[in-house]
Amino acid sequence: MTGLFYVSAVVAVIACLAAVTRANAMHALLFLVTGLFAIALVFLALGAPFIAALEVIVYAGAIVVLFLFALMFLNFGPQAVGREMQQLGAHGWAAPAALSAVLLAALASAIVSSDPRFTAQAALTAVSPVSIEDVGASLFGGYAVAVELASLLLLVGLVGAMWIGRQRSGVLALSGTSAEPPARLAGPDSVPVPDNQREGETVT
Amino acid sequence: MSASAAVPLEHVLLLGAALLAVGAFGALRRRNLLFVLVSIEVMLNGAAVAFVGAGARWQQPDGQIFVLFIMTMAAAEVAVGLALLLRIRAVTGSVDTSGLDRLRG
Repeated sequence: MTGLFYVSAVVAVIACLAAVTRANAMHALLFLVTGLFAIALVFLALGAPFIAALEVIVYAGAIVVLFLFALMFLNFGPQAVGREMQQLGAHGWAAPAALSAVLLAALASAIVSSDPRFTAQAALTAVSPVSIEDVGASLFGGYAVAVELASLLLLVGLVGAMWIGRQRSGVLALSGTSAEPPARLAGPDSVPVPDNQREGETVT
Repeated sequence: MSASAAVPLEHVLLLGAALLAVGAFGALRRRNLLFVLVSIEVMLNGAAVAFVGAGARWQQPDGQIFVLFIMTMAAAEVAVGLALLLRIRAVTGSVDTSGLDRLRG
């Protein structure tokens, strides 16, 4: 299990780094799936098989599929990779890299130089993983209110996503949007509206 | 299953910090909103790794429960974020964050 942890940790960091630096969005999402699988293996090595399964089902399954649907709706086109490559050119790496390196150094120094509860003597001598029964009993015991709030959050997210992403044309037109010019009615995959036309449609 | 017999907690926390830094780097570096959302997912996973490690260290289920809440929050955030992304694309014709400086309908 120790070897599984370290191998999965290296794979996770490399795959996530690739996911945030690739120019091709589809490749980046596939690297993200790889990284999420590696993180699921880390959870398995740490004695949390339930969370490992949820990581695969919810994150690598549902959330990345949502990203893929959005990517297909966006329809970036063949020149998008070239644009991203141009934007990811030589300049502009220094400041984000320096800031995140400072963040990592601060966190690492806080972790390494902390009290002996974190050090190697206090290794994760988890003789038994925390069982699913414990998680479920605690989830619907002391955390019952938080579970209800999480369900409310999901409902708000659902309604909010529906409201933001609604089609503002045809029979689905809602009040207050009737003053839009016909250029907006063609949907998300219409041609980009030039600037001089965009100026005129914000009068409402 | 004698899991994680010799993994110190600080290595788990270092992995979480590394994932957080990678995600922060991506969120600062990228201009495409889709990649910014991907970077935020990586950052949330770093926090989840730290939670699971601490839960395994003290043999408490609370760490795993908080990872459940992180996943719930990430699902809601991604749904709203991607809806906003499609809306921004429909209105401005681009998903570049550097073009979003007008703040008008």
